[in-house]
Amino acid sequence: MIQLKNIHRTFQVGEQTVRALNDISLTINKGEYVSVMGPSGSGKSTLLNVIALLDKPSSGRYLLNNQDVTQRSDDELAKIRRENIGFVFQFFHLIPRLSAAENIEMPMILAGIAVKERKLRVVQTLASVNLQDRAQHRPDQLSGGQLQRVAIARAMIMRPEILLADEPTGNLDSKSGTEIIELLENLNRQGVTLMIITHDQALGDRAPRQIRIVDGQIAQ
Amino acid sequence: MLFKDTLIQAIGAISAQRLRAALIILAMGIGVASVTVLTALGESARSYIVNEFEALGTHLVIVLPGRTETTGGQPPLFGETPRDLTLEDAEALSRSHHIAAIAPLTIGSAPVSTQGLERETNIFGSTYALRRVRHLTIAQGSFLPKMDANKAMPVCVIGQTVREQLFAEQPALGQWLRINDRRFRVIGVLASEGQSIGVDFDEMVIIPVASAQALFDTRSLFRILVETKSKQSMYQAIDEINSIIKARHEGEDDITLITQDSVVNTFDKILAVLTLAVVSIAGISLVVAGVLVMNVMLVSVTQRTAEVGLLKALGATQRQLQGLFLTEAAILSLAGAVLGLLLGQATLATLEAAYPNFPVQLPAWALLAALGVSLFTGLVFGVLPARKAAKLNPIAALAKK
Ligand SMILES: Nc1ncnc2c1ncn2[C@@H]1O[C@H](COP(=O)(O)OP(=O)(O)OP(=O)(O)O)[C@@H](O)[C@H]1O
Ligand SMILES: [Mg+2]
Repeated sequence: MIQLKNIHRTFQVGEQTVRALNDISLTINKGEYVSVMGPSGSGKSTLLNVIALLDKPSSGRYLLNNQDVTQRSDDELAKIRRENIGFVFQFFHLIPRLSAAENIEMPMILAGIAVKERKLRVVQTLASVNLQDRAQHRPDQLSGGQLQRVAIARAMIMRPEILLADEPTGNLDSKSGTEIIELLENLNRQGVTLMIITHDQALGDRAPRQIRIVDGQIAQ
Repeated sequence: MLFKDTLIQAIGAISAQRLRAALIILAMGIGVASVTVLTALGESARSYIVNEFEALGTHLVIVLPGRTETTGGQPPLFGETPRDLTLEDAEALSRSHHIAAIAPLTIGSAPVSTQGLERETNIFGSTYALRRVRHLTIAQGSFLPKMDANKAMPVCVIGQTVREQLFAEQPALGQWLRINDRRFRVIGVLASEGQSIGVDFDEMVIIPVASAQALFDTRSLFRILVETKSKQSMYQAIDEINSIIKARHEGEDDITLITQDSVVNTFDKILAVLTLAVVSIAGISLVVAGVLVMNVMLVSVTQRTAEVGLLKALGATQRQLQGLFLTEAAILSLAGAVLGLLLGQATLATLEAAYPNFPVQLPAWALLAALGVSLFTGLVFGVLPARKAAKLNPIAALAKK
C-alpha cells in the first residue's frame, strides 16, 4: 500500500544541507501496525509528513496504492490526502472557535459531502471515541485526552485506509496516553493501516512492526 | 466544498473577530456612504438644472444681438459694436415658416409704485407671445392682449411677489400702477412660477414692448425669444433666422443664436464632469477602505496560520482556501456597502428635510455601482491575503504555535 523507494529529503539551511531523510526505502502493507522510534531530530516527523503527502521528497519514488504520487500538483495531493490519509498531531490542532462536532465535520465539509450524511457520521464517530456528550464543547472546554480523541475522530471521519500519528501521546499523561493508543489499536484491528511515531519505548513495543530511524536512515 | 459551507465557515471566522470586522465594515461603510451622497448631490444638481432649462421649452431659440463666436478672419472695418436688434427685425422673422411664435424682449429696472407703496423691480417689455414661449400661467385676469407690437398701451401684468407687496389689501386687477412717471393698468397677475433659471417672474412686471421702449427710451431689443414649430424644424429655423437678420443688417452676421438644447447639453456635460470629479475623490475613501480590508485579512491569515495549515493537512485545496478568505472579504465588503447605503440614505433624508426645495434622489445605477465597487475593492484587496493563505506550507504552518 505504501512503497517508498530511495527517498531523500534535504533542507538547505544557509550554507548547510540537512539530510533529514537519507535514502529511505520502506514498504508498509495494508492493515499493518507500525511504530516509528528514534532520537530527536532523526527524521521521524519528516518521514511521516512525506507519507502524509504534506511534504515532497527531494528525490526518490513514493507509490501509494501502486500510484506514483511524487509528481502530483498540490491540489491533487490535497484530494488524495483527504480520501486516503488521516493524520493525528502531537498538538491536537483543533480549530478553537469550532465545537468538537464541527471540528470533526471539517474534512467532510472540504470534501463536499451533504449535510445529512455529515451529521450522521459525526454522531457515529463521536460515539466511537466515546465523546457523544461533548459534541458541542469547544476545544478550550475539553481535556487533553478528549482533544486527542476529537482529533482521532476527525482523522477517521473520511474513513481513510491509513492513519498516521506523530507523537499522539506526547502531550498526555500516561493514563490518557494509553487510552489513546488503545483507541488507535482498535481502529487498526478494524483494518486501518496504522503508523505511530513515539518516544515511549513501551508504547513502541506494542506494535508488531517497529522501525527505528537514526540520522535519516532506517536502522536495522 | 459546498458554497453554503464556504459561507458558513467565512461567517464563523468573521464573528470570531467581531471588533476587527466592525471596524472594516465601518470604514467600507463610510466610503460607500460618501460616494452615494456625493453622487446623489451631483446627479440632483444636474437634473435640477437640466429640468429648469427644459422647462423653458425644448424648441426655444434665443436671438441675441452681437456675435460672441470668433470667426477668425479680418475684424469688421466699420464699427466694432454690432447693430441692435429692433422690433422690425423681430417682425421680419415671422416670414419663416418654421417659427410658431416670436416674443421680442426689452428689459429694464424701474421704480414701481401705487398708493404710496413703492419698490424697484424688473420690467419686461414683450408681446402676448411671451406667455406661450415662456409657458407662463395666469392666475387672475389676462395676459397682454394680442396687438401690433409697435403699439404702446398702458397695461401691465404683474408677478405674485409684486402683487403681494403692492396690493396686499385689495384686488390688483384694474388698479393703476405707476412705473417711472407713467401709469399702467393691471390687467393680469401671473401664477407663482417658483424659481426659474435666470428670471424670477414673481418679481416681474410685464408691459407691452413698445411701452417699455418708450419707458427706457430705447429702440433696441434685449433679445428675441423664438419658438419653432417643432424640434425638427429648429435647424431650418436657425438658418432662416440667420439669413433674415443678415439681409436686414447689410450682410453682416451680427447675431448669436442660443438653443435651449445647446445650453442644456453644455450644463449637462459640465455637471456630469463635476459629479464625476467629486465622486472620484470620494472613491479614494473606498480605496482606503479596500486597503484596510487587505490589511485586516492579512492579519487574519497570519493569525490563523495554524488553522490554514491544518485545513491543508485535512485536504483543503488552494482554491478552497482562497475561496474561504475571498468570501470573508466579500462578506465584510458587502456588509460595509449595506451600512454605507443606509448611512448615505440617512444623510440624504436629512438633507432633504433641511432643503425641501432641492430634490435629492439617488439614481438606481449609483446604488448598484456603490455595491459593485465596494464588492470589487473588497475582492481585489482580498486576493493577496487569500493567495498568501493558499500558498502556505502546511508543515511550517502547523509547526507555528
Ligand atoms: N523546515 C525545515 N528546515 C530545515 N531543517 C529542517 C526542517 N524540518 C526539519 N528539519 C531538520 O530535519 C531533521 C529531522 O527533523 P524531524 O522533525 O523529522 O525530526 P524528528 O525525528 O521528528 O524529531 P523529534 O523527535 O524531535 O520530533 C532535523 O535535523 C531538523 O532540524
Ligand atoms: Mg517530530
